[in-house]
Formats: sequence, structure tokens, C-alpha cells
Amino acid sequence: MSFDDFSDTDTALRDSLGRWLADHIDLTRHARADAPPSPPVWRSLARDLGLTGAGLPESAGGLGGGLRAHLVVLRTLGGSLCAEPYLSTALVCGGALQRAGTPLANHLLAAIAAGDAVVAWAHAEPGARNAARPAACTLHQEGAGWRLDGRKSAVTTAPWATHWLVTACIAGSGASALVLLDAGSPGLTRRDLRALDGGWASEVLLDHVALPEVAVLQTGQAADDNIASALDAGALGVCAEALGVLEKMMADTLAHVRERRQFGVPIAGFQALQHRLADMHIAIAQAEALTWAVADAPDDAGEAGSTTNDTTAQSRALAVSAAKVTVGAACRTVGQGAVQLHGAMGVTEELPVGRFFRRATQIELMFGSSGQHLRRIDRLQAPVRGLAGAASA
Amino acid sequence: MLTRLTPDEAIFRDEVLRFLDEALTPELRTAGRRCSGIFTDYPHGNDWHRVLAQRGWSVPKWPVAHGGTGWTPMQHYIFASELAAADAPPRAPMGPGMVAPVIMAFGTPTQQQAWLPGIRTGDDYWCQGYSEPGAGSDLAGLQCRAVRGQDGDGEHFRLNGTKIWTTHAQYANRMFCLVRTASGGKPQQGISFICFDMALAGITVRPIHSLSGDHELNQVFFDDVRVPASGLIGEENQGWTIAKYLLQHERGGSWAPNLRARWRRLEGALEDAFPGAGRSDPEYGDLRLQLAELHCRIEALQALELRTLRAQACGAPPGISPSIGKILGTELKQALTELHVRIAGPAALPHARLDEAGADPLGVREDGLFAMASYLNDRAASIYAGTNEVQRNLVAAHLLLH
Repeated sequence: MSFDDFSDTDTALRDSLGRWLADHIDLTRHARADAPPSPPVWRSLARDLGLTGAGLPESAGGLGGGLRAHLVVLRTLGGSLCAEPYLSTALVCGGALQRAGTPLANHLLAAIAAGDAVVAWAHAEPGARNAARPAACTLHQEGAGWRLDGRKSAVTTAPWATHWLVTACIAGSGASALVLLDAGSPGLTRRDLRALDGGWASEVLLDHVALPEVAVLQTGQAADDNIASALDAGALGVCAEALGVLEKMMADTLAHVRERRQFGVPIAGFQALQHRLADMHIAIAQAEALTWAVADAPDDAGEAGSTTNDTTAQSRALAVSAAKVTVGAACRTVGQGAVQLHGAMGVTEELPVGRFFRRATQIELMFGSSGQHLRRIDRLQAPVRGLAGAASA
Repeated sequence: MLTRLTPDEAIFRDEVLRFLDEALTPELRTAGRRCSGIFTDYPHGNDWHRVLAQRGWSVPKWPVAHGGTGWTPMQHYIFASELAAADAPPRAPMGPGMVAPVIMAFGTPTQQQAWLPGIRTGDDYWCQGYSEPGAGSDLAGLQCRAVRGQDGDGEHFRLNGTKIWTTHAQYANRMFCLVRTASGGKPQQGISFICFDMALAGITVRPIHSLSGDHELNQVFFDDVRVPASGLIGEENQGWTIAKYLLQHERGGSWAPNLRARWRRLEGALEDAFPGAGRSDPEYGDLRLQLAELHCRIEALQALELRTLRAQACGAPPGISPSIGKILGTELKQALTELHVRIAGPAALPHARLDEAGADPLGVREDGLFAMASYLNDRAASIYAGTNEVQRNLVAAHLLLH
């Protein structure tokens, strides 16, 4: 796969992390469904490489690489099935904390950059199907502080998290809120479940969890906007991760069809297989190009330009959804193709390809399914015009 | 949509828009809108080419020395996008995009002087002699024979055989052709690339009508045609290298600008097809989601094309990207035409010419006729310029080699 858009900094980041992963992650054993639970790579990412703050601002002790650095890291981690807890902690929660900007949030952001804090993003709720607004967790004002009650679902990284970012709605007004919890808060009960990809996700009950006033980082429209940004950051994050996952499946599949002989010849010689390989490659090429195009698209409302901030936000949402749909399609084309071309070995735990396929399958369902993103595109599309079409439409 | 224009690019876009406002007449726009085939017919296509030539924009991708513009990849993209959005007639690429790069790369200064200006101005119109009845995907199996000889008028080739699927041969005054000048050895050896006038004695053109009833394609017969040897490009028997060079140009280029313009047309057609209360019809919602899905595919292709253009601007070789672009561009175009037929519904059923639509109170809807004609014509997209099966072979060969 070509990395022709990568800057020297990107390449250096990818190469140093890639070497470290190759030395430390044994893919023959990693992420097997029968493996015992083990804490994910995080402290050592901070200790050996200083990468937990790669995309976080320098003011918080990070390296200031921004979104692009986050995505380069995630793409590389994806190739070793190690995206968590970076995805939740640094990208999704790190971004949300940065946008919240309270003293408490900044303090935690610095702890993430230093590798001391692992933060779980607790937004999904049972049966909520990726709704943007929280409904099953309620905040009640109690004295000088708050009380939090309700359910959260499929919270990744939870078993190892030091902190949680929880989305909730405020009793009475129904306004959204972004809440910071200590992992050890009384009243927080977790049931850890093995996730499809070999990682862990937790079902969570919050029962009379008492919170100081400062724990509520944002409320109302600010919280809604922050949650929406966090969800889109997560969607783009798993797109980048998927590129690493898919590239690995493609490489394994190419190696397998060259090696595997049937009818006296390598199966790479069969045209039916070659066409499937071509389609897999093309799917990755599209996913790759679109993901980086979205990553590099203007995000900052303060940038020069004639478009209004609303238009920028809208075309960005549209672009993220298009990337997520494209990556979702690639996850199926490449994942299913890789399993098929590996033959019976592809449907076992014997080879890494099966585990990468499970992660690819999971990615398509994370941060909005393909169907949900298609519907969002349809909603947003009417007023937005294409590359050069605005003036001629 | 993903790439905001720089101030310079925005100025350039405005310049293109102003030019289109003045130069692209309603008649040309109508011709462009009604073009359900691959390219506009010669009269309107070439009129538009001449208008562009006046402005210095008929061959923007050529080197400046030959009359090109020296634009950045993004400028080319903007230009293509605005032309497509304004319904400019799609121009046939056989001259400007196919034979011209060959003439520049392999032709002598005399040949360049003789042929390039006419392509730029629109005085000359070229057709392509590649496929034969027995040599399609297996192009190297071509049999059209050229035998070198000498007579009182000088060195020449005697040409016998036939070429097929020759787009716009009925309009062309010049032809470039792959011919067999030697036998034995590998079929790729012994092929030569020659150019000649269509007016030469012994050339016959037979029309081939396509599924939609349009006449774009032809079969061309050569009966002892005397072609001056000055028409040979490059070395005799070295034509295969030139043939492949041309195919890269034929398959290259950007698809997304035209696809996006077509997508918008479908969006408009869908809104027209379900007016008012029709929006609550579940079929309307289904079709809108199909449009959203195609939007994603266009975005992905555009991102890929812009990335490739940037890489090529930095000197990277095209590699396998023309084949990938051809597969994605043509299959997306076919998907768009298929959806357009679904949007048109019963309006797609009459089999009439596009200029029969409209005005008559008992007339049929132009959009429906266009949808079906495009659907039928674009079945050719996955066949021409090397079938998509052949393109997938090439992509796989590239993957397995690297």
C-alpha cells in the first residue's frame, strides 16, 4: 500500500511505532478468543515511545501532532490489533477533554499525555443504536453536587480505565451533560464482557453515583456539540485503524495465495482469485485516500475562507460519514475476501487473519453503522454542494 | 467538497465560470445535456472544441510549448468539474488525449508540426484503429497488415484488413492505427503505429448502431490502401510500446468531475419524479439512500484521483492507478445510469430520440429518454479501453509482482 501522502514526520512516527509493535506483540497469540485477559499496551507506549500524547496539545505535555498524528498512530496500532485504549483515551476522550477545557479536564489531559491516565468513553446505552444524545443516564442536582444514575453499554477500555467520561442528560431540562468519573466511584458496577475483537467491553450500572460540581464538565448545547465531535473523531479514528487492519489482511492474503498450492500450482495463478485480490486492493485504496482526505480537510472554523462555520461543520460531518461508509464497505470486501482466500484456515483461530476479520467487522458497527452514516449523508446533503459546484448549482 | 479552494484556485474557478457564462451557448449546453453516449457528436463537440481553442483551453494538459496551459492538477480538476457542471459537451479524446501524447513522445519534429496544431484548433478530427474483429482484449493478436514498398511517389505501406469499434470514424479526417508489419516471434513484436488521412483511396466506413440506436461506432475496411511511410510513428515493429503508452493515457484522467455532475442530475431527477406528497413514498426514501451511497463512492474516487494527481505532479509514475481509475470510474458510471433508470421508472420506456422529447404537449420526458439511452450506452464502459476483467488482471499482476 502506498504511503505517498505521508510527511517525514508521519513516516517516522509510523516506523518507530511499527518496529516497537513488531518486537512486543506476538500476533500468533494476540487477541485470540481463548486468551486470558491482559491489560492493553499503554504504559509502555508512554514509557518506551512517549506516544500517548502524540496528537495532544503541547500545552498538556503532548507532542502537538493533532488529528493527523492520532490517525497515523491508530493506523499503525490497527496493524497489530492494539487500537485500544489509544482510541478511547487519547483520541475520543482526549479531544473531548480538550474541548471542555475546564481545569479538571486539562489536568486529566496532561495525565493522558504522560501515560498515567486511561480514560473510557461511556456514551453508548442499551438499545440506543448509536444515538447522539444520551437518554438512559440521568444527572440529578443534589446539594452542591450531582447524582448520576443509569446504564451504559459496550464501554471499551473500561476494565483498565482510571477515569470515565460519561454522557448523561440532566433531570428536568433534559439537557445533555459531559461528566467525569473516577473509575473507583462508589455506585459504579461493571460487567466485563469479551468483545468480538478479543478486547473487552463493559456493561455498566450507575446507581446513585455522587459527584462534585466540577465533575460536570459541560452541559447543554456545548455538551451536545462536544459529544458530536467526539463521535465523529471516533468514527474517523476507526477508519484510520481499519486501514492498518485491512492492510495486514491484504498482506497475509497475498502471502498465502503465493504459497498455497492446489492442482499443482500456486493458487495465485487463478483468475477468479486474482480478481478478488484486485477488488480488495481497490477497496483499500479508496478507503485510504478518503480517510486522509477527510483528515486533512479544514476543521478549524477560524481558518480563512469564504464558507461559513456552519457550512464547514456540515461538510465535515458529511465527509466523515462518507469515509465511514467507504471504510465499512472495505472492511467487508477485504475481510470477507481474506477469509475466503485463506480457505478453511481462514475460519479458525489458527491464523491472525480471523482475528483481524473480527476487528474489521466490529469497526463497521462502531461510531455509527454504515446505514446510520448513509442516512446522515442523506439528511445533510441537500444544502451542500460539491468541490466546485457551489457557484454553478 | 473535501478540499477547500485556495484563494488562487477560487480566482481561477471564477475565471472558468465567467468564460462558461459567455462562451458556452444554450445550444451547446443542450447538446451537452443530451449527450447520452460517451462523447458528443462531432458537430457540437468540435464547435465547442474550437471555442475552447480560441481561449487557449482546448488542450489544457499539453505541455505549454505545444499549446497547453501549465495548470496545476487542481486547476485541471476544477476546469473539468465546472465544464461538467455546466453541461459542456463532452469532447472525444482520440486527438487531444490519445494520439497527441504519442506524437509528442514518439513523433519527429516534422510529425509534431504536421499534426499537433490541427488537433489543438479542431481543424483535424482523429479516430482510433486498435481493435479488430479477432483482436479485442487480446489486442496483440491484431492482423491488419501493412507491407512496406516503394513507388514513383516514394516509400509507403500497403494496408489491408479491418478495424472495428472505431468511434466517430464517420466524422474523422485522420486515423491512427496499429498494424502488423512483421510476423513470427511473439505477437507483440511486429506491430507498428501509423497515422494517415481517412480520405485515402480504399478506405470504407460501415456504421455500427449501438443498443440505444445511436451511431458512434464503425467498422473500417482497408483495401490495398497506400499510406505514405511518413505516417509511421517511432520505429517499425516497435508499435507495441507506443500502444501501451497510449492506453495509459486512454485509461488515465479524472472520472469524478463528470460523475459528480451526473449525480447532481440524478438528484434533480429524483426530486422531479416525486413531487410534493410523493416524498412520503417509501421508494423515494430508498432511492435517496442509493444516491447517498453513490455519493460516498464518488467522494472516495475523487480522493483517490486527487491523491494520484498530486503524486504525479511530484514525478511519481502512474503505475497501476489508470487501471484502478478505469474500473472505479466506469462501474460507478454504470451504477449511476442504473439508478437513473430506476428513478425515471416508466418514463424510461419510450424508445425515441432525445430531440423528440419536450415541447409537444403529448411529448415524452427528456430525462426518461436520457436515462435509458445512458444506461444502454454505458454498458460499453466496462468493455471499452480494455475490459474491466483485463484491468483486474493488471491490478492483480501488479499486486502479485510487488
